[in-house]
Amino acid sequence: MNTQALFAQLLVGLINGSFYALLSLGLAVIFGMLNIINFAHGALYMMGAFCAWFLLNVVGLNYWFALVFVPLIVGCVGMVIERTMLKRLQGLDHLYGLLLTFGLALVIQGVFQNYFGSSGLPYAIPSQLTGGQNLGFMFLPNYRAWVVVFSLIICLATWYGIEKTKLGSYLRAATENPQLVRAFGINVPRMITLTYGFGVALAALAGVLSAPINQVRPLMGADLIIVVFAVVVIGGMGSIMGSIVTGFLLGLLEGLTKYFYPEASNTVVFVVMAIVLLVKPNGLFGRT
Amino acid sequence: MTRLSAVSALALALAASSAMAQDKNIKIGVLDDMSGIYADVGGAGSILAAQMAIEDSGLAKKGWTIDVISADHQNKPDIGVNISRQWADKDRVDGIFGVLNSGVALAVNGVAKEKNLVYMNSGAAAADLTNAQCTPNTVHWTYDTYLLANGTGKAVVKSGGDSWFFMTADYAFGHALERDTTAVITANGGKVVGSVRHPLNNSDFSSFLLQAQSSKAKIIGLANAGGDTTNTVKQAAEFGITSGGQKLAALLLFISDVHALGLKMSQGLIFTTTFYWDMNDGTRAFTKRFSERMKNKQVPTMVQAGVYASVLHYLKSLEAMGTNPHDGAKVVAQMKSMPTDDPLFGKGVIQPNGRKVHPAYLMGIKSVEESKAPWDYYKLIATIPAEEAFTPLDKSTCALLKQ
Repeated sequence: MNTQALFAQLLVGLINGSFYALLSLGLAVIFGMLNIINFAHGALYMMGAFCAWFLLNVVGLNYWFALVFVPLIVGCVGMVIERTMLKRLQGLDHLYGLLLTFGLALVIQGVFQNYFGSSGLPYAIPSQLTGGQNLGFMFLPNYRAWVVVFSLIICLATWYGIEKTKLGSYLRAATENPQLVRAFGINVPRMITLTYGFGVALAALAGVLSAPINQVRPLMGADLIIVVFAVVVIGGMGSIMGSIVTGFLLGLLEGLTKYFYPEASNTVVFVVMAIVLLVKPNGLFGRT
Repeated sequence: MTRLSAVSALALALAASSAMAQDKNIKIGVLDDMSGIYADVGGAGSILAAQMAIEDSGLAKKGWTIDVISADHQNKPDIGVNISRQWADKDRVDGIFGVLNSGVALAVNGVAKEKNLVYMNSGAAAADLTNAQCTPNTVHWTYDTYLLANGTGKAVVKSGGDSWFFMTADYAFGHALERDTTAVITANGGKVVGSVRHPLNNSDFSSFLLQAQSSKAKIIGLANAGGDTTNTVKQAAEFGITSGGQKLAALLLFISDVHALGLKMSQGLIFTTTFYWDMNDGTRAFTKRFSERMKNKQVPTMVQAGVYASVLHYLKSLEAMGTNPHDGAKVVAQMKSMPTDDPLFGKGVIQPNGRKVHPAYLMGIKSVEESKAPWDYYKLIATIPAEEAFTPLDKSTCALLKQ
């Protein structure tokens, strides 16, 4: 076995893992705080990428501005969705939220596909991050290195914000017992809207990060979201750290599969999911 | 006695033909990827192309009624088969057109024969449609893997690219293209040093590209299509593969892919096509009418052009027959007996094995400076004459040829 090639595959797996981690983190935040299975997550990720494309080609704002503005813009779209639609489903069965967000995803993707076709639009790598480093065992594009580092920072900051700060403790309390938290004078509905907006912003951020790597395509999210849901299930629904760690781990696992048996690379995640569900139904990091 | 029987036979024939002459109803089904990875290659554009062919045929004015229905096979052979069966049994469709994706195309091929439909494929690549799996009901119109291998593969090997590594889409199309290109490479003195098979509709190609890189092959052959090809090309540039001296050979490239990649990313690629919108006045006039009616204003791909031309030839053949016999094999036999002539592919013929034959073009992609107008992307490197472009009849393994 060629160890150099193996290292290269592991590193590539880590890069993909950072996308899984960012997306599944957003899903976990939304599920943990709102109890909504957000099937529109992939569509919102795609909107993030398209939004970056618009900022560059219509408004003239480059990648770095997009990193800041796109999560804000798409996050606001998310908050509108929460206020106008998801809010009405509060207290109902999970299935209603799932169906609503799934339908929303189909509508959003359909609209984009109607106007932009399915092949997508090109988005160039920002000039500061073109080129790459020769690591000896592989050529690492600078942009990919940036993606890993940046998403790791965002993931850890989010985990810290929710698990270790006072605001985070309000959030967690509000999911346990909204009435009680409200009694302390905290505006729970507003907090829920903001949380949904934040989860959506994470998806949009992942969209911006992926725009220079993949084509900006209407179906880019639909293809990814299924895997990301598997990641969330494996990590344990609603577990923040669980989704981050599982995201990176499964990226690595996929990288290994692509090296040893590429034909199975898009099924391996689901095999793991099936095994985890059999052995530990609440997921690797899930609370019982 | 002989006179009597001759007269009655004539009367019968007249009665039969006048009864049949009243059947001027045609139902065309366009079955394609309407929403997935190949939707820009065929999709809504294929439906539009079929409609334009019907309008241009002028048959409506001559008393014919022609309906078009369409469906999305979602790149799944089982769905394609179910729809085709339903079309044959319930909707009484006469012919199936389009059908991108070789996996689906080969599955539908069986249904078309079983239900005796007309099956004109413009979209799938697998040359098997006119070889091992040929049927009296099938016409394969636009291009096939033999053409792509011979056009691009031969040109690349001859220009010094004699060691190859394949990145192959893991289904019927990729396998057929890899097989046919390998044959051309070895026949021309080159060798294949390795290959990797990736799932259809993959988004990240970096691990496969790393394998291609470490193979040290001079040429990385892309036996994939649509979004898979565009993502591979884009990520190959990112991983420094093209700047490291290895070259990409996109064996199948559509104009929608080039548009999606942008010229900067795709310039320098060479590939084979049978249609380009900016070839002559006929293709330009068609393109103008076509893109005005497309939602995203795209120009026709060779697949959409093939749908137009194949529907047109189908309708011409029915007009020549004077009636629709609703008998697929019979209509296809008629189509084979008539030379084809349309503004997009020029004059051509359909061979006995169902292979439509026309010239093909080895194309290069213009640089940003060379491109003067929107969609001005291709430059002609060489024309491959019709008789060299497709499998020679004596090499075709089609059973129909042995009768």
